[in-house]
Amino acid sequence: MRASRGFWGATAVVATAALLLTACGGGGSSKEDKGSGATDANAAVSVYGTEPENSLIPANTNELGGSKALKPVFSALVGYKSDTAEPYNLMAESITTTDSKIFDIKLKKGWKFHDGTEVKAKNFVDAWNYSANGKNGMQNASFFEQIQGYDEISAKEPSVKEMSGLKIVNDYEFQVTLKGPFSVFATKIGYLAFAPLPDKFFADPEAFAKNPIGNGPLKFVSRTPNQSMKLTRFDEYQGEDKVKFKDLEVRIYTSQETAYQDLLSNRLDFMEALPPAAKAGGKYKTDLGERLVEGNLLGISALAIPYYVPGYDNLDLRKAISLAIDREQIVKTVMNDTYSPADGYVSRGIEGFRPGVCEFCKYDPVKAKEFWAKSGYTGKLTIASNADGGRKEPLVAACNSIKNALDVECDFAPATDFGQWRSIVNGRKLTGMGRSDWSADYPSIENYLNPRYKSTGSSNDSTYKNPAVDALLQQADQTADKAAAIKLYQQAEDLIAKDLPQIPVWEEKGVGGKSNRLKVAKLDFGRLADYSSIEVAAK
Amino acid sequence: MSQYILRRLLQLIPVFFGTTFLIYALVWAVPGDPFAGKCGQVACPPAYIEMMTAKFNLDDSIFVQYFKYLGNLFTGDWGETFNGVSVGELIGNAYPVTVRLAFIAVAIEAIIGLSAGILTGLRGKGFLDNLVLMSTTFLISIPVFVTAIVLQIVLGSEWGLIDASVSEDATIGELIVPGIALGSLSMAYIARLTRASIAENRHADYVRTAVAKGQPRSRVVGVHLLRNSVIPVLTFIGTDIGALMGGAIVTEGVFNINGIGGLIFRGIQNREGATVTGVVVLLVVVYLLVSLIVDLLYAVLDPRIRYD
Amino acid sequence: MTDPNVAGGVSSVDIAAAGVVDNSALAHKPRSLGGDAWRMLRRRPSFVISAVIIALVVLIAIAPDLFTSRAAGFSDLARANEGPSADAWFGYDNQGYDVYARTIHGARASLLVGVFATVLTILIGSTVGIIAGYYGRLVDSLFSRIGDIFAALPFVLGAIVILTTFNAPGTNPGAVTIIVQVVVSIAALSWPVAMRIMRSATLVAKQLDYVKAARGLGASTPRIVFRHLLPNTVAPVLVYGTIALGAFIGAEATLAYLGVGVRPPVVSWGVMISDARDYFRVNPHMLLFPAGFVTITVLAFVMLGDGIRDALDPKAR
Repeated sequence: MRASRGFWGATAVVATAALLLTACGGGGSSKEDKGSGATDANAAVSVYGTEPENSLIPANTNELGGSKALKPVFSALVGYKSDTAEPYNLMAESITTTDSKIFDIKLKKGWKFHDGTEVKAKNFVDAWNYSANGKNGMQNASFFEQIQGYDEISAKEPSVKEMSGLKIVNDYEFQVTLKGPFSVFATKIGYLAFAPLPDKFFADPEAFAKNPIGNGPLKFVSRTPNQSMKLTRFDEYQGEDKVKFKDLEVRIYTSQETAYQDLLSNRLDFMEALPPAAKAGGKYKTDLGERLVEGNLLGISALAIPYYVPGYDNLDLRKAISLAIDREQIVKTVMNDTYSPADGYVSRGIEGFRPGVCEFCKYDPVKAKEFWAKSGYTGKLTIASNADGGRKEPLVAACNSIKNALDVECDFAPATDFGQWRSIVNGRKLTGMGRSDWSADYPSIENYLNPRYKSTGSSNDSTYKNPAVDALLQQADQTADKAAAIKLYQQAEDLIAKDLPQIPVWEEKGVGGKSNRLKVAKLDFGRLADYSSIEVAAK
Repeated sequence: MSQYILRRLLQLIPVFFGTTFLIYALVWAVPGDPFAGKCGQVACPPAYIEMMTAKFNLDDSIFVQYFKYLGNLFTGDWGETFNGVSVGELIGNAYPVTVRLAFIAVAIEAIIGLSAGILTGLRGKGFLDNLVLMSTTFLISIPVFVTAIVLQIVLGSEWGLIDASVSEDATIGELIVPGIALGSLSMAYIARLTRASIAENRHADYVRTAVAKGQPRSRVVGVHLLRNSVIPVLTFIGTDIGALMGGAIVTEGVFNINGIGGLIFRGIQNREGATVTGVVVLLVVVYLLVSLIVDLLYAVLDPRIRYD
Repeated sequence: MTDPNVAGGVSSVDIAAAGVVDNSALAHKPRSLGGDAWRMLRRRPSFVISAVIIALVVLIAIAPDLFTSRAAGFSDLARANEGPSADAWFGYDNQGYDVYARTIHGARASLLVGVFATVLTILIGSTVGIIAGYYGRLVDSLFSRIGDIFAALPFVLGAIVILTTFNAPGTNPGAVTIIVQVVVSIAALSWPVAMRIMRSATLVAKQLDYVKAARGLGASTPRIVFRHLLPNTVAPVLVYGTIALGAFIGAEATLAYLGVGVRPPVVSWGVMISDARDYFRVNPHMLLFPAGFVTITVLAFVMLGDGIRDALDPKAR
């Protein structure tokens, strides 16, 4: 029996060790940051990054990994204020139009690319023509779709080399003619795809992508794949979004959790997002304390209920599902206040946002049950999504909420990664509901509605088709007066809220963190560090 | 013997082709369009997809693609990733780190596992034996990603003993804790295997004979018992080196080590045949060489085994 | 518990038993090896304890409703993250699931995956390994190299391909389908290890005098394999098997983590552990209870394997 006692003794030792280890997991340490003091103008700053998915060319970059390095390397015609998302003229001296169809764009003089050449009107026109050209296969080509001549140039074998809507007036002025009036164009051209490209680019685009040369506040220094991208301040920069530090390192992490650990120990200066483990139980609040960085994002999460799934073309079913999701509770417990409940199709903070647009977006299990009975739908419900990156948890909670409220089976159906997930959605192969999140490319109500709810929209995941909505959206696009256009967009939104092609669920708050070296660091609405805001405390 | 080695080396050739084709076919079979997720929530412009498809020969049949790939490989061109980085360069950056990590993990698991196994195997049942049994079972039943994250958080952010992530240089000191996480499962297995093997051989005739002859205990254990008991353990360690060089996806991810595992994982996610195949080719060759060495070691350690 | 060190060597009963076994090849109808083993096992507390634990876990797997009245999918978001209480013995997780109810319901999938993947891996691996080791030469080379190819396949790649090819991502296949697929993918990618172990054990055993003698006497191949080789080679494979069982339950967790493994509504310990990875600092009970169940179950299998091995090995008496 000696051995037997030894057995239980050993069990106790291992169990205690396990408990100790996990118990130690409690309690974090948060260091106070220095709110005042001098700024070190020659400091180096590191930010969390991921490996760019595409070659480093502005028109070929639309995801965060690449944008983090490219955004500060290029300055577009307009910039957006980081707090209000309001556009202002950056490289443009002025943008004038009378009919929202022909835009006259004047450039500020004396701006230089990092190789010393001056930025001229032709750098914009050439860049846009190159990016829209079907032969070059740029990812962001469709951003130019409103410009006259886009259809000809974007074909597989383009018949022209230049869009007829682009005309150079002189070195510092060019004219853009659109296919039809599009009032949001002056806001849209702040997007990275509209950046100017230096002459060097056109000589050898591939070599350029390895060492991009731009006109922005930071210039590109070097890149080690899967490790880091290094940038440094461009001292001759003219814009108002100058940076107040010298070197920037975009450090590539494969695990957000690890980056967060580095952030906590001040080995990393900035993260624009927090890993699920930090959000768990609201731990990030105590972990970070005053180092928490909050901002507004242009993101909205919804559930697509595709019309092509048998039995889903049923308004009562849509209402029942929407009413059965307890958004408040899920946002509070599962997402730990890093999201807020959504009840409309536009993010708050966007001009034209109104609260409560969607009347069926409030939790009401009683009414949900009524609509469910009325819908006559039988069978089980599923919500599909890629399961990585913390996408799973809120959707499992939504399913449980539906299950409890409607007394129906509801399961989460995972896909392994985003690519696989999007090929299901783009291929119209959903067999149930699907996650349908949207991040607007530029801060305008237009960008929340056209791509998603126009029958020809590029991200119309539910295959929604309502001629009245299409007509209103088109009318709004063509309305030159901004306020009048917004009214029309709102009318379209009201119609959409009645049809519920997608169920708005929540919108993401921008929550990030900074090291205690940084005095100031802001988050912009596009989920990037607002580099111009960063100030490093002098030692 | 030399004939045997030559034969084994010749066998590398069909295995090389078999594996590369298998891997290429597997990546090719991963469902989902490689460019579907490239443009966020929006489908990519057709021109973009066509250009990329043409550039990476994705329109060809799997056989044509494979032979084009092989052709490039033999001219020293490892291909390119979708974001325009040369696969050769990526492997060149990542491989030394992975090799270092694998050897550290193997060293840790061999040292700790073997000593725990020998100790418990010789001492027999008792507190120590049960302690090893319990802790190894505990390690086995916890997935590696949990072990790694616990080690990282407890030793890193709570106690401040290590940095949470490994720097670009990935020095040996930095890799010790990831090595422990990576080797924990195999460490447990080596301990169990050694213990079982020793317990079994302790009663073998040759050990009894040696004891009966009056040989000192240290000689019986060191020369007779250990030498014979270590054979299955060696098999395992050999297999494990090969496995660790490719199987560190989780650990590398947690500690942000820029190694081969991460490369494969991203390759699979992006459906980049060139990356995955390139890395796995390397792994297979290494694996085959290691297993050849292990087989040769058998013959050295165990005179009863003869290759002819 | 018979401890050779304490007992001062081999007991007389064991010597007698060993003598019978040694003659078994020649004598007709002796006391069988299995019968001896069983008699010996019954006297070992570690075997009895582990057998009881396994029986209990199997019972939980077969009839979870005997142990909990709550369904696996029961969730009460208002009570999310609560620690253990009288209402929910193991507390609630971040989704408001009752951890106890889920652990009980998770036993079935975990056990099925763990046991069947191990059995299948061992069966494939041992068969191929024994054939390779026994016949040697060309057969050995062929099987060994095929094994190498499979061993060199990254587990994640193989699993993603196998599991997503059989059911399109984003769909919701039935519980049986998905468990069978997980078992097959694990076995398909793990058998080379068992094969290598079996092969090297066979290589050694083949050289033993009595095996050579049996061959010389013209014994049939199946007889040599089953009567002489297997009893000598089974031990290392069995050790691997008991460890693999735990590892496979863990592998199932990794698959769940990648979104290709067991998926809702099926629960497993692996899924629970995978779900807990981000929350164990806040809710340690989310990790500790399912992990504890895995540990205890694996431990029981390890002890069972040890006992059986000792009992089956005539030399160890």
